[in-house]
Amino acid sequence: MNTIFDHKLAKGVGGLLPALDVPEQGIEKLIPSSLRRTHAPRIPNLSEPELVRHYTHLSKVNYGIDDGFYPLGSCTMKYNPKINEDLVRLPGFANAHPLADEDLIQGSLKLLYEASRYLCGIAGLVEVTLQPAAGAHGELTGMFLVKRYFEERGEEKRKRILLPDSAHGTNPSSATIAGFSVTEIPSGKDGMINLATLEEALDDTVAAIMLTVPNTLGIFEERILEVTAMVHAAGGLCYFDGANLNAFLGRARPGDMGADIFHFNLHKTLSTPHGGGGPGSGPVAVAQSLVDFLPVPRIVKDENRYRLDWNFPHSIGCIHSFYGNFGVILKAYAYLLLLGDTGLREVSENAVLNANYLQESLKQTYPLPYERLCKHEFVLSGKGLGEGISALDIAKRLIDYGFHPPTIYFPLIVPEALMIEPTECEGKETLDRFIEAMERIAAEAKENPRLLHEAPQYAPVRRLDQTRAARQPILTYPFNER
Amino acid sequence: MTHPTQFRYTKEHEWVDLEGNHAKVGITEHAQDKLGDIVFVELPAVGTAVKKGENLATVESVKAVGDIYAPMSGAVVEVNTQLESSPETINQDPYGAGWLVILEVSDPSEEDSLLDASGYEQYLNEG
Amino acid sequence: MMPLATNSTSTRVSHKMRYIANTGADRRAMLAAIGLSSLEELFDDIPQEVKDRFQPLELPVQSEMGVARILKELASLNSCQQSSISFLGGGVYDHYIPSVVSHITSRSEFYTAYTPYQPELSQGTLTTMFEFQTLICELTGMEVANASIYDGASALAEGVLMAKRIVGKGRVAAAQSLFPHYRRVLDTYCWAAGIKVIEIPYTKAGTCDLTALPQDLSSLVIQTPNAFGVIEELKGVKERLADALLIVVTNPISLGILAPPGQFGADIVIGEGQPLGITASFGGPFLGLFATRERYLRQMPGRLTAQTVDAEGKIGYTMAIQTREQHIRRERATSNICTNSQLCALAATVYLASLGADGLHELATLNLEKAHYLAQRITALPGYRLAFEAPFFNEFAVRVPIDPQAIRARLKEERILLDDPRFLSALGAPNTLRFAVTEKRTKDELDRLVELLEVI
Repeated sequence: MNTIFDHKLAKGVGGLLPALDVPEQGIEKLIPSSLRRTHAPRIPNLSEPELVRHYTHLSKVNYGIDDGFYPLGSCTMKYNPKINEDLVRLPGFANAHPLADEDLIQGSLKLLYEASRYLCGIAGLVEVTLQPAAGAHGELTGMFLVKRYFEERGEEKRKRILLPDSAHGTNPSSATIAGFSVTEIPSGKDGMINLATLEEALDDTVAAIMLTVPNTLGIFEERILEVTAMVHAAGGLCYFDGANLNAFLGRARPGDMGADIFHFNLHKTLSTPHGGGGPGSGPVAVAQSLVDFLPVPRIVKDENRYRLDWNFPHSIGCIHSFYGNFGVILKAYAYLLLLGDTGLREVSENAVLNANYLQESLKQTYPLPYERLCKHEFVLSGKGLGEGISALDIAKRLIDYGFHPPTIYFPLIVPEALMIEPTECEGKETLDRFIEAMERIAAEAKENPRLLHEAPQYAPVRRLDQTRAARQPILTYPFNER
Repeated sequence: MTHPTQFRYTKEHEWVDLEGNHAKVGITEHAQDKLGDIVFVELPAVGTAVKKGENLATVESVKAVGDIYAPMSGAVVEVNTQLESSPETINQDPYGAGWLVILEVSDPSEEDSLLDASGYEQYLNEG
Repeated sequence: MMPLATNSTSTRVSHKMRYIANTGADRRAMLAAIGLSSLEELFDDIPQEVKDRFQPLELPVQSEMGVARILKELASLNSCQQSSISFLGGGVYDHYIPSVVSHITSRSEFYTAYTPYQPELSQGTLTTMFEFQTLICELTGMEVANASIYDGASALAEGVLMAKRIVGKGRVAAAQSLFPHYRRVLDTYCWAAGIKVIEIPYTKAGTCDLTALPQDLSSLVIQTPNAFGVIEELKGVKERLADALLIVVTNPISLGILAPPGQFGADIVIGEGQPLGITASFGGPFLGLFATRERYLRQMPGRLTAQTVDAEGKIGYTMAIQTREQHIRRERATSNICTNSQLCALAATVYLASLGADGLHELATLNLEKAHYLAQRITALPGYRLAFEAPFFNEFAVRVPIDPQAIRARLKEERILLDDPRFLSALGAPNTLRFAVTEKRTKDELDRLVELLEVI
């Protein structure tokens, strides 16, 4: 792949900016030499046509949801409505400066306020912060809230966070950064939390349990009310990771399940684009007991005016430069308006239907560790498909069939895991094509495994050498070699 | 797969070659195979004191991290600095040139609780 | 068929949800294949008690046209800002964004893609990440940069946590002249991590007062240009720190002219990348820049892309050293970060590529010259003087002879916007107004501002 640096560092191409219209004084006069740059950064000066061709070409070796099926478990790769892309670019929104006076940005404040109310409604909780810029950031914020909660109660001895062994890696890492230690609870044979194991783990040093509901196996924690009741009885809090909210949108609420804290992934459940890795948004909703500790400023409504209120002395402070990723929240807000209550129900209905249909169809060919009704996603194992065949091989061969592979090697408790989440957006026709491809790959695994080991053959690049990338990493363009 | 019979082993897939009160430590063939291509090794500083079971070193592959635990208590007297530039040596020769650390052991009797070659082999077959 | 409602807040829309491909027939066929008789049975595993407690949002379905109208009305409530002349700053600046930027970031192959965990399908994203990492290193003079973090403030916090991991001491010295919003986030993260933040005051010149540096630090945090717009002298600072790391927070546009922090031995360089082709967007999404030295590579948070080759020897890119990250290290990860701000990083990459090194220099020069022109014209007015004598880039603070809020209010009537002086007051600089001047401010606009000040 060419980079812009492969073009010659030619003479400058201008035309973007007008000439200086004030009398020139000269950099030497205005900035002492000790503070001035002596060498220009090695940024190539490309003409606009070269530039546009370069990035257009790069876009064509990328694969987004608009290109095809993207069944990445726990990522909820649903369609990104185009209207939202237009709306975020409205100049009134795009150019609003975060430090402008409140009377100049009432539109932005109102949007954030209304979005907050809807998110609280979906969560079944009373208040929300929109500051976290990503799901993991939301988890961290949640952990900070837990920490402050127990600090204020004089219960700093509560230093442990419980989480199931199927938890996403951001859960334990967020807990650790907030100063907690983590205790993993092994899942039962049914893929759910074993109440007896939980009981053993609970004592007065537990601050909270972190749960994903449904869990990363795609299984709904049927004893969720008992689980949260037990944790509460032991004096702990219940944190729910909302990555899998698509499973019950419009028909159940985490607050009703016993959650005290719940984070959203707007870039998953609420259709905002993944952007190739971000930006996302991870708002955190809380029960009444935690409201005082939410980050400031909070957006408050006085009659018909909206303002930023900093006056919350027990707040944990700020976790974002300003008020959160407004440009992402806007798209989620518009999506909620587009869907309405009935649309939200249709999302979970079709997401769960699609997942169960795939599960039912694929379990003939691939080992299914947990054979039961799943929610919006399910996990297959790639084990035993053929001699030396791994989940990685299956994934790479799917690329040759024109599909983005599912999530592989997660959750850790399933060997050669393939986590599949179709989302509600895919139709039966697409699902049937995917089933057919998976069945063909399973057959190839036995009859012609080389096809899998050497896959992908039809992608823009062949399988990339990960080891070489990690051993002597080249992380910037090697100018000296060119 | 045969494991050097003169070595001792742990259930965490470390091997120990004890000579006098110096214990050379490495990871087994099984461990390097499970980790895959090793890309980075984090070794302790010479002089570091460790208790049996404490974290001694870390071995990283592309997709996983292997924590290496001290099979016996002691102080680090030498580390295999060659692994800094050639971590793949562990994959190529886990029982020889791929050694990690040499400890001066403080309690030689700890050797008794280590597995011998056939004991380790049996443990592998069980799992 | 229901008659169309005429209620203006809710138009009855045709019911098939637009973003779902399944037909009724599809659903029936799939239910049959699963062996269920109703869609409700799909949710039998959710406790009835929970389902019974559910309450809807009381939100009707809207058409695309209806939603567009609602959002446009909201946007219009921001309209006074539209026709205004902005001198607002504080890390977020009104720069010109070349048209190519949004055309590239609007390509759906870029914006609807996921994190490039399958590199063979993501060479577009990965190549641009590699370009971005390289560009940030070029700007900052550092050896390695990650593919971005959420924003400048969280990047700073992550940098301080990283320094603590490396050096081991539980104290950080932070310049008082950091932007307040960076400091607030830093304070929150440090409270959680048990790190004590020691504030370092500034001198009369406006630069950080390093004469009495505390001991036993993991890091010293200096921002340049700082909250007063003043450029800090970094020469010799690193040498005065024992084993503490030097963390420098910077403005990427200023690095078109100013010497990069890497040149002075900075260990970690942080920045807010919003000025690089990203709209103000009421404060987000933004772009956290993070660069460091190779020797700290394994302690650096965030995503990294590396060059490699494929099975046929062709150069390609892939995410590397993911063993630092949460999905492998879990509780021992260098940080919990999963997302980067990739689409914003793409915007910044295209932005810098459209300028080129020469264009960046030209841009920085325009900012510098216009800001100094304005500063000189303002300080020629009786009673107005520069609050600090140290050199500045495109943002500067002025001591004013009358109530700064009154001046600001009067200017606002003319649609000229300045930062609220209470930000500077809180930093110990009362009766002071800050002006940020970018290439977008014309001579006429600058002269108009001065004319108004003359008569206030």
